[in-house]
Amino acid sequence: MGLEMKLKIFISFIIFSFDCSAGEAFPEFGQPLEPAAVDAETSVVFAGGEGLPAGRGRVTDGARIYAARCIACHGVEGRGGPGGELAGGRRDLRAEQPDQTIGTYWPYATTLFDFIRRAMPMDAPWSLSDDEVYAVSAYLLHLNGLVAADATLDAATLAALRMPNADGFDRVEAPPVSDP
Amino acid sequence: MKDKSNVISSNKPTSDEQVAGNGLLDRRVFLRGTLGGAALAFAAPLAAAPRDALFPTQRVPGRPFENYGLPSPHERGVVRWVAATDGVPGNGISWTPLEQLDGALTPNGLHFERHHNGIPDIDPALHRLRIAGTVARPLEFDIEALLRYPRVSRQCFVECGGNSNAGWRRRPVQTTAGNFHGLVSASEWTGVPLAPLLDQAGVDATARWVIAEGADAFSLTMSIPLSKARDDCLLALFQNGERIRPAQGYPLRLVVPGWEGVLNVKWLKNLYLSEQPAMARNETARYTELMPDGRARQFTFTMGPKSLITRPSAQMRLPAPGFYEISGLAWSGHGRVRRVEVSADGGESWAEAALAEPVLPAALTRFRAPWQWSGQPAVLQSRVTDETGRVQPSRAALLAERGRHGYYHYNAIVSWAVAADGYVTHAYVDTPLETTPLEDLFMDDEWD
Repeated sequence: MGLEMKLKIFISFIIFSFDCSAGEAFPEFGQPLEPAAVDAETSVVFAGGEGLPAGRGRVTDGARIYAARCIACHGVEGRGGPGGELAGGRRDLRAEQPDQTIGTYWPYATTLFDFIRRAMPMDAPWSLSDDEVYAVSAYLLHLNGLVAADATLDAATLAALRMPNADGFDRVEAPPVSDP
Repeated sequence: MKDKSNVISSNKPTSDEQVAGNGLLDRRVFLRGTLGGAALAFAAPLAAAPRDALFPTQRVPGRPFENYGLPSPHERGVVRWVAATDGVPGNGISWTPLEQLDGALTPNGLHFERHHNGIPDIDPALHRLRIAGTVARPLEFDIEALLRYPRVSRQCFVECGGNSNAGWRRRPVQTTAGNFHGLVSASEWTGVPLAPLLDQAGVDATARWVIAEGADAFSLTMSIPLSKARDDCLLALFQNGERIRPAQGYPLRLVVPGWEGVLNVKWLKNLYLSEQPAMARNETARYTELMPDGRARQFTFTMGPKSLITRPSAQMRLPAPGFYEISGLAWSGHGRVRRVEVSADGGESWAEAALAEPVLPAALTRFRAPWQWSGQPAVLQSRVTDETGRVQPSRAALLAERGRHGYYHYNAIVSWAVAADGYVTHAYVDTPLETTPLEDLFMDDEWD
């Protein structure tokens, strides 16, 4: 095979692979990422516990952290303050004035860890260690009567916790997926 | 000052121009020119000498050029109303002053805002977008790379899922139309369609969701069905012709046409493909709608058909009986506006309004209807039907279906009551006046 033929094959290979990878010849300007680098950066914690980091936290430690970092916005024991009611819900969701707290409304305990870690406290998000996030999650769940005062939470126990309103939601426009 | 309404009112519409009760006229009345002729009555007599008719600004040179223009200082009252949480000034909202604007697009500086923890200052040279998760080839894009792609433009609204939620209150809130319904704005967004970039990353067949994450101090994550991401989502870099403002997501915003505003993630940094949704706080504890039976609707993405009259509207005053143009906005996340009807008698009778072109899917559509106000009390309403046949519900119908605590997706017909003295107030006309001792269940400083 002459050089010219080799070149033709090479060029057609390039064109062919471009067409294949780029769909309708849409140009590509993205840079490939190492999957390991991506996984290390993924912050989402899923309802089944996927994405929860190592670590653990006790209710008692959570109470201490809450008093220092959370109480100004969320009030004593998660009641009052401008940040919305977190605990103390007594009225049923069908009541004329329902209580929509963590204990009465939130469907997944894992959401607590995900949200506190990414967004709380609002004056210094991402400043709590993973252990501290587990501890604050544990304290809030305790305030809602869902774990004991001496409980310790980690990835396994948090993911296994079943919330009272877990089945209370209808996924109106969600694609069909298996339950998390 | 001349009172135009008095002059025009002397040119009474004929009975065949009245198409609904309480003075609503045929929307085509001006095309026939029957009322327009009255305008000639205003023509001032020619001045005797040109110099006598000069305005002062014609005698002195004007100001020099400016690099970025601002509205006239006489318009400094046309601003957003801002409200934020005590102690957390970056957690709050600002409303677009809908009643002071016209047309179907929102000026960039008046686009509504809902920030959860402030507006980040992002250096575009350092910003990255990553597409990862269940993909064959995780990809990273800097802004320079995104700017190299072929672009598309799409005119659409962004509406907060919590817009108009004061409508749930037991007594009609008295504020301007914008401070009530102004968590909706519309722009022409320009950027890169998302679908081909997802293809380049090689989305796994198991993926059903795209989890979008913002680079703000809330690290907002929202789950969007992959089918929608492929259908018409846009990686927006430009808004109304200029690069997106910091408050709207600079340098990169996900635009999700017709769906809840919170999904249009600002300061976009990650798109994570997944079989499952994130079940993030803002798709479980918030942005879900509690129903009367105690169950809650979740993943209610599409903003339903909605309209309101912006002029005349609450807290305005009609100076005298006579001619007024009723003007407002209509939209639906399900598609184009097909028809807007207006009523001047609280829904007893309806007249079709004229729609300003272009009428685009999931975009704000301006409607107009001529009205001859007799000076008697009137109740102005508008009602939209979209191209799928969905009709904006009455407040009574909405409450009957959804109860009291849905909070989000309030899209009921809005009633403005015009009193004999011309003052316009917000009214409930199809639901009984409530005298319950229960307070309205709204915390003034919680925004979603």
